[in-house]
Amino acid sequence: MKRRPNYLAGLGSLVWLFLIGLPLYVMLAATLQDRSDYAANGPLAFPKHITLHNYTQDFSNGFGHFFLNTVLVTAAVVAIVLLVIPPLSYAIVRSRGPITTGVFRLFLLGLAIPAQAVIVPMFYVISKAGLYDNLIGVILPTAAFSLPVCALVLTGVMRDITSDLYEAMAMDGASPSRVFFQLVLPLSKGGLSTIVVFSALQAWNGFLFPLVLTQSDSSKVITLGLFNFQTEHGIDIPGLLAAVVLSMLPIFIVYLFARRALVQGLMGVGGK
Amino acid sequence: MTTFADTRVERRRRPARRTGATVARPGFVWAAPATLFFLLFAVLPLVLVAVLSFTDWDGLGAPQYAGLDNWKALIHDHTMIQSLWLSVLITVLGVAVQTPLSILLGVWAAGHQRNRAILSAVYFVPLLLSATAVSILWRALLDPNFGVPSQARWLFGDGNLFGKQASAIGVLVFVGAWQYTPFHTLIYQGAARAIPQVLYQAAQIDGASTVRQFWHITLPQLRNTMITSMILMVVGGLTTFDTVLILTQGGPGTDTTISAYYMYEQAFKSFDFGGGSAIALVLVLVATVISLIVVKVSGYDKMRSSSEGL
Repeated sequence: MKRRPNYLAGLGSLVWLFLIGLPLYVMLAATLQDRSDYAANGPLAFPKHITLHNYTQDFSNGFGHFFLNTVLVTAAVVAIVLLVIPPLSYAIVRSRGPITTGVFRLFLLGLAIPAQAVIVPMFYVISKAGLYDNLIGVILPTAAFSLPVCALVLTGVMRDITSDLYEAMAMDGASPSRVFFQLVLPLSKGGLSTIVVFSALQAWNGFLFPLVLTQSDSSKVITLGLFNFQTEHGIDIPGLLAAVVLSMLPIFIVYLFARRALVQGLMGVGGK
Repeated sequence: MTTFADTRVERRRRPARRTGATVARPGFVWAAPATLFFLLFAVLPLVLVAVLSFTDWDGLGAPQYAGLDNWKALIHDHTMIQSLWLSVLITVLGVAVQTPLSILLGVWAAGHQRNRAILSAVYFVPLLLSATAVSILWRALLDPNFGVPSQARWLFGDGNLFGKQASAIGVLVFVGAWQYTPFHTLIYQGAARAIPQVLYQAAQIDGASTVRQFWHITLPQLRNTMITSMILMVVGGLTTFDTVLILTQGGPGTDTTISAYYMYEQAFKSFDFGGGSAIALVLVLVATVISLIVVKVSGYDKMRSSSEGL
């Protein structure tokens, strides 16, 4: 099938490219010049004296520490998800009890709970638990709120394992845990990578829970660091934008090297 | 959301093929850790939000039972009523802007041409930024003194887009579209690639133009996807928060104070956590009801396949 080029679509796509590309260009250009240069030349000019001063200054203003906190939160959230979701999905797919059916419905309902709706009671629960202004207090709700999508993705993947395979293992008299470790987990690798990326993104980009559950600099994550920077030194646009670039850098690296896995994790789908 | 659950449950109850060996099945223990964790940190707070909405709590001491006080106050609160309208307005504008854009871009990006693949890689860059980062980027870009508007007064007038209600809402809708259109474009790209090529070949034999093919094949085939994408847009739009907090702080005045932001202000700025809980509960109910209506009206729960008639 041969199609002639669609010029109208081509033109439209270039307009969109401009709308996406211009802000990204302004952002990068701003971070590479001094504050006074940026103010004098305006946002659209190409930087005359290129400097990395904004980046180094962000690090000395605590962004290195916020960065580490975010890495810690992300790692912990991914660990919790990897610990509880595969057994859950296995039980949902393979167990015959009415309880697991109810559990699956619970997680489907959970998809509809917006995090915004629970920040007040979450503040109450976390304060009562003595975890206010503590990274653990950020990790727990963040992990809980990424569970529904992860459960949905992984049960979808595990359903595709054919019953012949289970029966073959049953012939050998395999226990549920042997079936889980030797059959189910190896065949769910795609789904596992999707839920890792999805939950890592939720944790890395999470803003609402850190906003209401932490306070001091020592337990600040990077999104909150950005927000504080903006409210306190909003006029230092190059410094602020350099921090924005730093915050997206890890995700950008993953995008370059594992685009497919990242996109699937972003969408919370697939994994086949 | 029961509709989603029902179809899933039916799939599970499909009689299994009987063979000789009995397969050892996992018990509920396997599901227990995740379930308990989720009950504790997601379901319990949802229940508590209802409880707290009947209390008076300043965030420090113990919540005091206050009966229907918060609810009575809410009904007579003009800012609350206005915030609901603003939430709906921003959501509707968001859907109206993002849906056609993401369908066109998605169908375009579904083509396998090399230039399209390269451009698509750039289009998806906004997805790599957190909602916080996107809002901060645009706040800096649209800064009245140092931003782009100060360079292009012929287009932006006095350059302060955050000073008037209409332009502030425009900024929120635009930034929302900039941030979320790539995500929906991805959804449509995947769906458009899944449309059977046979349909297009048949249409070409009949001599249908590209535009006609788009209207009569592509769009009808994307119906299911449109509903999914719109539900996501509606729920996302109604709970917009970061964008408002960073870009407008609900201003000028209360002109962009949408419900989710109003809830945050009531609870964490005015320390009226009971009132904030009541607003939160209204938000959950509105979002759920709208999603259910979209599902029912569209007949999404009855649709099984988009390849009917093949």
